[in-house]
Amino acid sequence: MNGPQDLGGAHGFGPVVPEANEPVFHAQWEREVFGLTLAMGATGRWTLDHSRYLRETLPHVTYYTAGYYGIWLGALERLVAEIDLDQPSRVLTRENVRPAMARGGPTDRPGPAPAYAVGDRVRVRPMHPATHTRAPAYVRGHTGTVVTVHGSFVFPDTNAHGEGENPAPLYTVMFPASELWGPDTTASDVCADLWEPYLEPAA
Amino acid sequence: MDDHDHDHSHLSEMEVRVRALQSLLEAKGHVDPGAIDELITLYENEVGPQNGARVVARAWADPAYAERLFTDATAAIAELGFTGRQGEHMVALKNTPEVHNMVVCTLCSCYPWSVLGVPPVWYKSAPYRAKAVADPRGVLDDFGVSIPADTKIRVWDSTAEVRYLVVPMRPDGTDGLSEEELAALVTRDSMIGTGVALAPAGEPA
Repeated sequence: MNGPQDLGGAHGFGPVVPEANEPVFHAQWEREVFGLTLAMGATGRWTLDHSRYLRETLPHVTYYTAGYYGIWLGALERLVAEIDLDQPSRVLTRENVRPAMARGGPTDRPGPAPAYAVGDRVRVRPMHPATHTRAPAYVRGHTGTVVTVHGSFVFPDTNAHGEGENPAPLYTVMFPASELWGPDTTASDVCADLWEPYLEPAA
Repeated sequence: MDDHDHDHSHLSEMEVRVRALQSLLEAKGHVDPGAIDELITLYENEVGPQNGARVVARAWADPAYAERLFTDATAAIAELGFTGRQGEHMVALKNTPEVHNMVVCTLCSCYPWSVLGVPPVWYKSAPYRAKAVADPRGVLDDFGVSIPADTKIRVWDSTAEVRYLVVPMRPDGTDGLSEEELAALVTRDSMIGTGVALAPAGEPA
C-alpha cells in the first residue's frame, strides 16, 4: 500500500539527527512495548507481515508523530483486538526466550525454480496495491539487473492477509541511481530485495 | 522522551495504554511476565553492535574467514555464535576504495539484530528512511562523514528478510593489532554505512 511507511525519496523530513550515546530504550514504556510485541509475536497468533500491515495502516498523522514504539503499540493494540483472547496461545516462557531468539524465524521455503538469473535485466511491474506489499513505490516501473538469486521466501503480499505463504523466488535487483532519480541523486546504485511476482522481463 | 518516567501519580498516555494491554494479556494467559523481562534484558544488555564488531575484526584479521563471510554470511556469523531473530538470512557487504555501501529500510526498520542489536532512533526515523536511497552523501554530511568524491555510494534497501552487515575498510596503521583491539575500532555506524571505522590511537583519522 502507498501508506505513510513508504518513505524512500520523500522530501521535507529534514536532516538525519543521530543522538550521541543513545540508550537502547528512552522510557520504561518502550521496554514494555518491545517485550510485549516480541512475546506476542512468538505465540504465532499473527504473522510478522500482518503486524507490518497493521503498522502501516495507522493514520498518517499517528505514524509520523507517535515515535517508533508508539507505532508498535498502536499496531499491537489492533492485533490484540483482532484475535479471540479466550482461545489459548502457545505462551513464550522465560526459559524459552533465549533459545527462541537464537533460533529466529527463517522465512526461506521450498518453492518454484527462479525464472531469472544473475545478470538478467528485469523491470518492476507498475502496481499500486492497497494491500501489503514490499515493493517500494520508488522502484516500480524501473529497470535493474539481478545481482543475487536468494531462493524462495514467504511472499508477504499474501501472507500479510491470511492468504498463505506462497513462497516465491527472491532476488536482489540493482538499479542505477539515475534510473530511479534522474539527476537528483548522490547514489551510484540502489539495491532492493524483490520477489518474482513484482518483476517482469525488461523490454 | 517521557517527562513522567519517575512520577507514577501522573502516568503518560503511553504508560497507561501499555499497562492496560499488558494486564489484559497477562490476565488472559497469553504472556509470561518473566519472558518479557528476559526479552528486555537480552536486547538492552547483551545483543548489540559489539557482536558485529567481532565479525568485522575477524574478517580483517583472517582472510579465510573473510572469504567465508562474503560467500555465506549467515554461516560465517554463526561460527561466532551470533544467530537468530532478524539475522536469519545475512549478507555481508565489503567496502572498498571504489564502493561504499549504506544500508536502510525505507519501508519499516529492518536491521540485523543478531549482530547490531535493536536499531537506533535515527535508523527508524522518517528523515533517514526518506533520504538514504536518493541522497546518501547528504546523509553522510548529516553524520559529519566524508567519503572521497570518486567512491561510488551503493545503497541497499532491506525490503525483504535479508539483513545486511557492512564490513568497513580496515584503517591504516593497524597491522600489529589484536582482534580485540581491531574490534574496538568498529563502530555501529561503520557497519550500517553511515560511518567509517575509527583510526587507531595516534593515527590521523
